[in-house]
Amino acid sequence: MEHIRSVTRPPHTEGDTGEIATSLNDTQFYHHQKRIALRNCGFINPESIDEYIGVDGYTALSRILTEQTPPQEIIDAIKASGLRGRGGAGFATGMKWQFTADAVSDDGVKYVCCNADEGDPGAFMDRSVLEGDPFSVLEAMTIAAYAVDSHQGYIYIRAEYPIAVKRLQIAITQAKEYGLLGQNILNSGFDFELELRLGAGAFVCGEETALLVSIEGKRGEPRPRPPFPAVKGLFARPTLLNNVETYANITWILNNGADEFAAIGTEKSKGTKVFALGGKIVNTGLVEIPMGTTLRTIIEDIGGGIPNGKKFKAAQTGGPSGGCIPADLIDTPIDYDSLTAIGSMMGSGGLIVMDEDNCMVDIAKFFLEFIIDESCGKCAPCRIGTKRLHELLCKITDGNGTMEDLDTIVELCYHLKSSSLCALGQSAPNPVLSTLTRFRSEYEAHVLEKRCPAGVCKNLLHYEILADKCKGCTLCARNCPADAISGTVKGLHTIDQEKCIKCGVCMDHCKFDAVVRH
Amino acid sequence: MPNCKTVVPYTGTKEQEEALQEIIAAHKGQSGATMPVLQAAQELFGYLPEEVQIMVAEGLDIPLSEVYGVASFYAQFTLNPKGKYQISLCLGTACYVKGAADVLTAIEKKLGISTGSITPDGTFSLDACRCIGACGLAPVMMINEDVYGCLTPDQIGAILDKYN
Repeated sequence: MEHIRSVTRPPHTEGDTGEIATSLNDTQFYHHQKRIALRNCGFINPESIDEYIGVDGYTALSRILTEQTPPQEIIDAIKASGLRGRGGAGFATGMKWQFTADAVSDDGVKYVCCNADEGDPGAFMDRSVLEGDPFSVLEAMTIAAYAVDSHQGYIYIRAEYPIAVKRLQIAITQAKEYGLLGQNILNSGFDFELELRLGAGAFVCGEETALLVSIEGKRGEPRPRPPFPAVKGLFARPTLLNNVETYANITWILNNGADEFAAIGTEKSKGTKVFALGGKIVNTGLVEIPMGTTLRTIIEDIGGGIPNGKKFKAAQTGGPSGGCIPADLIDTPIDYDSLTAIGSMMGSGGLIVMDEDNCMVDIAKFFLEFIIDESCGKCAPCRIGTKRLHELLCKITDGNGTMEDLDTIVELCYHLKSSSLCALGQSAPNPVLSTLTRFRSEYEAHVLEKRCPAGVCKNLLHYEILADKCKGCTLCARNCPADAISGTVKGLHTIDQEKCIKCGVCMDHCKFDAVVRH
Repeated sequence: MPNCKTVVPYTGTKEQEEALQEIIAAHKGQSGATMPVLQAAQELFGYLPEEVQIMVAEGLDIPLSEVYGVASFYAQFTLNPKGKYQISLCLGTACYVKGAADVLTAIEKKLGISTGSITPDGTFSLDACRCIGACGLAPVMMINEDVYGCLTPDQIGAILDKYN
């Protein structure tokens, strides 16, 4: 009985009542969720094909191959389900399959690829699916290959996910042993080979044309579309490219029926979406919600609100291509079109919550730094425009900005949007535009009052010692790394603003709350 | 990103070079072989010095400019050697909003080096990376294969001391 230990810590307590949850489904965290893409994650051993088969795995593929279902019937079912690409842009998956199926290849070669290059900072849905349920992606890709008449597939996965890579390798090996992948699958005469290709740390490779160029072993630079990959993709052949989460929905749709899937969600956004909930929120982690759930439900009910009694300020969706949703839009339903309408986007599913201590100008600057790092440099608007945009934001956070700069920023943003080659550059201004639109007063405080309301932008900070609270303990002066504080024992201390480097050490050390920051 | 030609002399051994030739032979003629070969080469040598790039180019029969183009494009490939312990601190969004920048400053201060460089004795190298997909544990850092989550600047000293 050695393995039985008493539980010393309850697994989950509800934030508002402090009650101990008796079953997972009773918790507020799971109560509002519906798990389709994540259905098997945590329930089955991801390294065992038998366990996957035990939860209806491979029933869709075996039914299709034994009944020799006409490919068009499968494509029609995906179309009827209303499934849209979960990678961010939200293109209708069934249409993509149709285009690839209809495309003519001179030598008959077509490819089916999976985009597992989850590069958005703050997003880890695909990692979870690949680590928790790799066979569902394999099965869906095999069905897709059958539907569009392809016999070779690639999964392009980022090298930063070693466990996901390992589990995919195990899954491919087991599927081959069971005759569910490779030559003559289930004795049906249908062949499908699948290979892994590892990314090497380039965000732009999540863009579909760049990803395909990268599989070809070249620098991952995007190319203009059209031709779209469905017509001319990998090695100039018709190529079907879907995201991990999109594939994870496929077998559920085929097993439960397109109607059941289409019954979930809103008019134009069907099914569920997985979000990676992170940042200043009590319950962090992956949440899968029906489309149309409001941001309030996600943050207050599922996420348990903001920790430390702080106020909710904004939620960032869509990563470096998305925008910030302010507190007054917290009742926005989460679906593709509502998010686009308020200047953000669904993106791959990162959802970062920010409280009043986060400066929106600083956040915009943070995303631009990311884009500057990750811009491939092929087109000038993105390569140079993002850099100029970043310089303007730095000018503002340094306290040298003018109101004209704000107008220049907006103008530059629209130029970038209209003239960049790929989605990376076209969407790069989104974090800037959305914060500037929704939090203009914060920008104006930086420009006009030379003040950072959230207290983040170092050059605008100002530390002061309150005369009525200072006891003259000398602790601040002794710890100041810049020797900027003077004062005698039991006498009032003062900060020399010329010398102060605004590190905040004095504030951390003061036991009497005598140091304040403006 | 400072990823220019290294000043460290090449120290590849005969065994490493032979292993590389085997990898090249196994991939030769395959379409899109450059990246898998460079990934294997970096695992073998720890980085991609000019000598290794030349071997890959000659072995796969592609221009050296193409190999260099790929090696310098992707963040994962490094033309400089890394430290015995490679620290990568995540500066993804979730980590950033939870104070990763302060943690990074604490590491820089403790090691006396700036991000993207290596300590003079070769023990630690420090890089900032973009999201390792552990956003629920933000801020996060990795030292080789070890993951540290929910970091605060004052934990850094004790963590780094474990590796000395």
